[in-house]
Amino acid sequence: MTGGNPLRRSRGRVGWRLKLFGLLTLAAVAILLPVIAPDPATTNIAVFTMMYVGLATAWNIMGGYTGYISLGHAAFFGFGAYALGLMLIHLNITPGYGPFFLIPVAGLLTAVLAVGIGWIALRTRAATFVIVTIAFMFMLQLLAENLVKLTGGGGGLGLPYPHDWGGDFFNTPYYYAMLLLAVLGLLTSWWIRRSKFGLGLLAIRDDEDKALAVGVPTRAFKLTAFVISAALVGMIGGVYGYYVTYIYPQFVVDPLIGISMVLMAFLGGLGTLSGPVIGAVLLEPAQLEFAYHLGASRLYLVFYSAVFLVVILLLPRGIVPSVAERIRRWRAAEAAS
Amino acid sequence: MSLLEISDLTKRFGGVVAVDGCTLSVAEGSVSGLIGPNGSGKTTVFNLVTGFLRRDSGEVRFKSRSIAGLGPDRVYGLGIGRTFQLARIFPRLTALENMLVPVRRAGLRAMLSHGQWRHERERAMEMLEFVEIAHVAGTVGGALSYGQRKLLELAAVMMAAPELVLLDEPAGGVNPALLEKIADHIRKLNRQGVTFLLVEHNMGFVMNLCDDVVVLHRGKAIANGKPKDVRENPAVLDAYLGA
Repeated sequence: MTGGNPLRRSRGRVGWRLKLFGLLTLAAVAILLPVIAPDPATTNIAVFTMMYVGLATAWNIMGGYTGYISLGHAAFFGFGAYALGLMLIHLNITPGYGPFFLIPVAGLLTAVLAVGIGWIALRTRAATFVIVTIAFMFMLQLLAENLVKLTGGGGGLGLPYPHDWGGDFFNTPYYYAMLLLAVLGLLTSWWIRRSKFGLGLLAIRDDEDKALAVGVPTRAFKLTAFVISAALVGMIGGVYGYYVTYIYPQFVVDPLIGISMVLMAFLGGLGTLSGPVIGAVLLEPAQLEFAYHLGASRLYLVFYSAVFLVVILLLPRGIVPSVAERIRRWRAAEAAS
Repeated sequence: MSLLEISDLTKRFGGVVAVDGCTLSVAEGSVSGLIGPNGSGKTTVFNLVTGFLRRDSGEVRFKSRSIAGLGPDRVYGLGIGRTFQLARIFPRLTALENMLVPVRRAGLRAMLSHGQWRHERERAMEMLEFVEIAHVAGTVGGALSYGQRKLLELAAVMMAAPELVLLDEPAGGVNPALLEKIADHIRKLNRQGVTFLLVEHNMGFVMNLCDDVVVLHRGKAIANGKPKDVRENPAVLDAYLGA
């Protein structure tokens, strides 16, 4: 009666060859994109889309797996951007490929910050946790605005940028950096989902006290997931800072960035591997289009709220789980007839 | 020899003294019952032993080692498992995944270990077969019947091979046929060396299953001994009938 491997309940009957083919095609498209479509307008969209693939995937490691919804991850994004920027300025790094090698350091520094914030925020649960994360984000934004000598305050912080990268090429290194971080995030997420640690995180999402009762060290698990998630976001923030070359407190420690990654993960499917990717690929180009056509006004936010409403009303579990459910039902009906 | 010793344990919630200088012990290899009227402090004792509540005073010793003040995950790690009053399982994980959650040895090894390790999965399937719910291994917890959840919770808590298991109302809300099955599983596990302490209102179940019974009344242990002796103890009759 037990038939097959019950752990693989969500996997369909699609042959692994087909899956491998699909995955390789996607990888090829992602890798060759700057060659296929080298104009800066397109690669700019590609950089930001890949950035959100990484951000939503990283956020999902905490929010999706443990159910702890952090709306303050923009704090880590901004911190990573400032960390990289300050290193480039004070260590006199020549712009070019060099700065990319400091991205892991920015991630490490963000991880240290996340240990501190997580240590405090994870003493709370549910709605309180959401509010504490928002509070930390605004604290960081205020610090960035007021530590003028360090960050340049509201006047912004200018990062050195590579003058000899011109024309169509300029966006390409940033695109690959974002792609690399997105892949790193996906591999991390995939590994966690299959490990005992990941199972513990899902158990925490379902019933935290019960998880404690069967020996899951919930505090250590939550903090680890939080720090991994934050470090990835910090690294992506670093690349972003280097890409835009000028960072302002309100635009890098931006609540909208924090909410966007959450919305994308929700749209695609919380706690799934592919959900945040699909959410980001659908939303970010659309968002950029809207922002482009509606000018600098934040009218595109109306579009965002509309998407959010549709997700909550029609696809409360997100695209991936809903579609998987449809396919399962369709197959069951087909098998029955 | 006693596996678990509770001495002079006290817990107050504001002005209410839930557990009031409670002293009792659980013999190694026994199936012991903890009974008493509603509100007598049975579940609070469970929560104090398993680290869900912090004691105000008193001592809890497991294998002669003080465990008072340890968190629930540490207590489980030392070998004390528990179930909850209304069967608590992870509703969005499959039955098999539910079985793989328990962690006895924490730390880096537990973090890195693979959730689908073959030997662990085989052991989980064996346990599911033991409680006769292997056919729902791939079903999510939330879709299981109440009886199946009860069995799953019992099977899952056994995964890390605890020496002592605290069962909070194993017979609660269960039909007579399943009740007999649960009693049978407990007896079999007990024969394999697992000690049980159970809170239960179903007196038939307790009398039939337990070697020793402790009666709690207003947070104090007022009687203990063989089930039939305890049943005839005047203090116990007073507590239950409210003389």
